[in-house]
Amino acid sequence: MRPALVLGAALSALALVAALISLIWTPYDVTALQIGARLQPPSEAHWLGTDHFGRDILSMIMAGARTSLAVALVAVGIGMGLGVPLGLAAAAHRGRWLDEAIMRGNDLIFAFPSLVIAILITAVFGPSALNAIIAIGIFNIPVFARVARAGALSLWTLDYIRAARVAGKHRTRISVEHILPNIANLLIVQGTIQFSLGILAEAGLSYVGLGAQPPTPSWGRMLAEAQTMVVMAPHVALFPGLAIVATVLGLNLLGDGLRDALDPRLRGRVA
Amino acid sequence: MGRYILKRIASLIASLIVASLAIFALIEVTPGDPAAFMLGLNAAPETVAALRDQLGLNEPLPLRYLHWVGGMLSGDFGLSYTYKVPVAELVGDRLKISLPLALIALALSTALALPAGLIAAARRGKAADAAVMGATQLGIAVPNFWFAMLLVLLLAVRWRLFPAGGFPGWSDPLAALRALTLPAVALALPQAAILARVLRSALIETLGQDYIRTARAKGLSRQAALTRHALRNALIPVLTILGMQFSFLLAGAIIIENVFYLPGLGRLIFQAITQRDLIVVESVVMLLVFAVIAVTFLTDLAYAAVDPRLRRPA
Repeated sequence: MRPALVLGAALSALALVAALISLIWTPYDVTALQIGARLQPPSEAHWLGTDHFGRDILSMIMAGARTSLAVALVAVGIGMGLGVPLGLAAAAHRGRWLDEAIMRGNDLIFAFPSLVIAILITAVFGPSALNAIIAIGIFNIPVFARVARAGALSLWTLDYIRAARVAGKHRTRISVEHILPNIANLLIVQGTIQFSLGILAEAGLSYVGLGAQPPTPSWGRMLAEAQTMVVMAPHVALFPGLAIVATVLGLNLLGDGLRDALDPRLRGRVA
Repeated sequence: MGRYILKRIASLIASLIVASLAIFALIEVTPGDPAAFMLGLNAAPETVAALRDQLGLNEPLPLRYLHWVGGMLSGDFGLSYTYKVPVAELVGDRLKISLPLALIALALSTALALPAGLIAAARRGKAADAAVMGATQLGIAVPNFWFAMLLVLLLAVRWRLFPAGGFPGWSDPLAALRALTLPAVALALPQAAILARVLRSALIETLGQDYIRTARAKGLSRQAALTRHALRNALIPVLTILGMQFSFLLAGAIIIENVFYLPGLGRLIFQAITQRDLIVVESVVMLLVFAVIAVTFLTDLAYAAVDPRLRRPA
């Protein structure tokens, strides 16, 4: 086994386990304010210290993992669910108007960075975790459409696909039965990458107040709240940031490792 | 080449039209009356009616769209409701911070990524490669606003080398540059990490080509083959990424400006959102999207100029 893949899987699993455990148990109640115990450095009672309301930072990070992972996961789901069918359809009708329309639409969405989409949505509908999911999800659609189309295009030239076509199979059926299983690897790898990007995006949106709203714990908002007291109590800003870095790093290593493991031809290549 | 440029210009214009329609439509679906939305819950009906009139909300929808687009084409972006000044003036003011910030960050990330990518590719599989790859892996995972906070903590608060935030204005260029240094570094680091990785893999790809072997066979040193032949060809994908990164840089600048309290475009957008100044939001977003589409267009042209194969349709 490759060490990078193992490290990536371990870090990703850590975030996932923290999020799952937080569903039933956290060391302290994340909504309980204890002003008397505010801004405490890490101790035996509070492993990662407390914030400006005396809330336990470890508990907040565990509950924040839930928000981060949920937002990024649903956003990836939106991107895959809409992007992959579009990409497959574009490849099946390569060079024709449908292909052209889908790819131009893709380019257009790319022109709106996810933060700009989020800003627009927030300006109109107000900030919420749901709007963050939509903003990140919309941006994921063209990414998956591109990956699916590129993967499918090379498959469409293969003999067995042509044979299926000659045998009278419909393009849609070929896409679902023959193309999709063969590009699954690509999609899984891209999914991991988009997942990590989604976590970064969610953190950024929450940081500027466009993501999950209080009292829903979120890593980005923990950092925003920590900003004013970072000089007095650096640990308040340190740990949520480290949680983001560890999770994103883990997912990226996992994605790279999976790509290498699933496709031996790419072994040793990066980016 | 002429045909290619014409085709790209047509698609540029089409993109802009669709983008403007999308932004216009989204603002239009604001629940309820935009004028009432902007004024808040306690506004008197007469005030709302007056604002409706001022915004031209009583006109039919298509006419309003045409007014908005026509106004922007002639440099009239409307009047900010909260600031009572033309949006164009506001944006021009804020661009004096956001544009230099994005450009410094772009230059910085390129200056960091170029040597890093070259070293990693030249020393592929060796310790230097592993070090660069590890560092870039970390650089990609670090949120830029968190990195910015750490920079402030160390370089501004502890060692007092740079200001922790705010902007003194361009009357003192040195102080202005000092104020933009930390934001630019925070913005550049993740971009540099991505760029270095792209450059490394592009270089490794070209280093495997026959013409590199030929160059080496005719007696060129590894270094010369790398910088004279491989780098030039590897720059093509790097150029594309650089163009795409512009949109991330813009988006990143929006967040970073909020960390450092820089009165740039990003701050303007957030203030406009909290003050429900939809005119500012609408126009600034359109401007950002225009910038991204225009940069993509220019990158495509540069790309085609460098690589003739791309002028042919796929």
